[in-house]
Amino acid sequence: MLGEGIVKGLAETARNFLGSFVDEERLTTVEYPEERLPQAEAARNFPFLIYDGDDAEKGLRCVACQICEKECPPRCIHIEKSKDKKPDYVGKQQFYPAVFDIDVSVCMSCQICVEVCPFEAIRMDTQFELSTDDRFGGLLWTKAELAKTNEYYHSIHPTEAGETDARLDEEKAKVAAKAKPAEAEMQAKA
Amino acid sequence: MSAMVTRVVLEEEESARGVEGELLEISMGPHHPSTHGVFRMDVRLDGERVTRLKPVFGYLHRNHEKIAEKASYLAAIPYTDRLDYLCSMTNNWGYALAVEKLAGIPVPERAEYIRVITAELTRLQNHASLIGFLLQDMGASGTPLMYAFREREKILDLFESLTGARMMCNYMRFGGVRVDCSSEWLEAAQNIASSFPQFLDEYEQLLTGNEILMARTQGVGALSAELAVNAGITGPMLRASGVNYDLRKVDRYGIYDRFTFRVPLGDHGDVYDRYMIRLLEMRESVKILEQALAAIPEGPIIDPKTRLRGLRPKAGEAYGRIEGPKGELGFFLISDGSTNPYRYKVRPPSMINLTVLEDMCLGRNVADVVVILGSVDIVMGEVDR
Repeated sequence: MLGEGIVKGLAETARNFLGSFVDEERLTTVEYPEERLPQAEAARNFPFLIYDGDDAEKGLRCVACQICEKECPPRCIHIEKSKDKKPDYVGKQQFYPAVFDIDVSVCMSCQICVEVCPFEAIRMDTQFELSTDDRFGGLLWTKAELAKTNEYYHSIHPTEAGETDARLDEEKAKVAAKAKPAEAEMQAKA
Repeated sequence: MSAMVTRVVLEEEESARGVEGELLEISMGPHHPSTHGVFRMDVRLDGERVTRLKPVFGYLHRNHEKIAEKASYLAAIPYTDRLDYLCSMTNNWGYALAVEKLAGIPVPERAEYIRVITAELTRLQNHASLIGFLLQDMGASGTPLMYAFREREKILDLFESLTGARMMCNYMRFGGVRVDCSSEWLEAAQNIASSFPQFLDEYEQLLTGNEILMARTQGVGALSAELAVNAGITGPMLRASGVNYDLRKVDRYGIYDRFTFRVPLGDHGDVYDRYMIRLLEMRESVKILEQALAAIPEGPIIDPKTRLRGLRPKAGEAYGRIEGPKGELGFFLISDGSTNPYRYKVRPPSMINLTVLEDMCLGRNVADVVVILGSVDIVMGEVDR
């Protein structure tokens, strides 16, 4: 019968429409921005720099090795290495970035910088409401804007941050274990 | 039709054909809702009938191949996401496969399974949204597309919880995949695989028997098997013309030889067959998903010896190809032994499938052109690169 397919289809839309009154599953949209869906833990959006402790300048993990700058696919990272050195988390003297800029209007949030960073210094943020009316200065993030605490990292990616901390602790323990025999030797010599 | 219309009197052609009245030359696009992006068709019309059609593309050109030649092997992966931005997972896979062939990198079992699972999920969401868009082009505003997007969103949520991004997944690496999936994630994927046929039934109830859909698609835009083969058409479009060619069966790349699934084939090669092929393929994809999810082993997800950063394959060349949702997606790489490829070439299925557009549209109405274009399944990001 002509029109049978159309009637069947209309029955299907009616079922979906009426279903939306009784079945929560059928309500698939939310009224953003009043209503928000929780973000996935793995969500990523623009990188930030981690620092330990309270001082963003002192505790910054980045040692300005510039690997991320070279590997970044759209080349949105700009780093200038410092002239002097400061101790890192295991106490070794390291350079630090005098300038660390990310142009977020160029960044494509691909996470390559995070993957190649050997110092666990750069990680992905989850913020996404970043629009601004200043398209040049407002979207060029400097070191001060990029630096965020390790606690913040724990609050957005708890599992990943836990793994990172475990790795760092292991490294610290290794360095400490190495340092101890050396100290003992020194004492023995003396 | 909101296309820019220019009236051109084509006197020569007119007098040669001995017809009365004027021929119209219409520029459909580049800003036209039915062109799925910025794509222009120069159409010559005799009344409502198309007498010539020239596709013009390049509006979305982003220099993908040259950028990848300047970047390291790792840095090219995020760019492949942006080729066919609906199917980033399969794009990643095609590229990873080419680099693996070039550098001789083995892939662990678990990673192969994860690749199959994510690729088939990608196929599901691509085909579902394609049918939605096709119906949108026919004037079924909203409903089929929204139903498709409802299901697609579930799959994208799954991708987000695994890779961190809904569409630009940047997930696969040469030698494996980037992060491991948890058992909860596999369970969620299982839920989608088992509930998807229900959605397909609903979709078929809504569309397949619909008289308007049949009137608009049956016999429209027929593509002969011979022309399809000669033009290098691949994917569902080729199979709709009745040619049994699926790289998952022909090449058996990855671990596709372990799964039992059928390759649906069409008879007429018209728009209706192309629509039906996609519905049937989704059912086969669900079968593959079920088998892969049941058999996924524990183990490493990436070859530990692979150097992701600073990979320097020996001088040589390799062509990696996969059966993407749109057709054969190939990456051709030539290495000169340095950290970046000497030549990087993409074989985009969307673009090659577009080349027969004129043959399918000749003699049809303008309204049919929109439907035929919709059935080709193009993404301009891939056509223009």
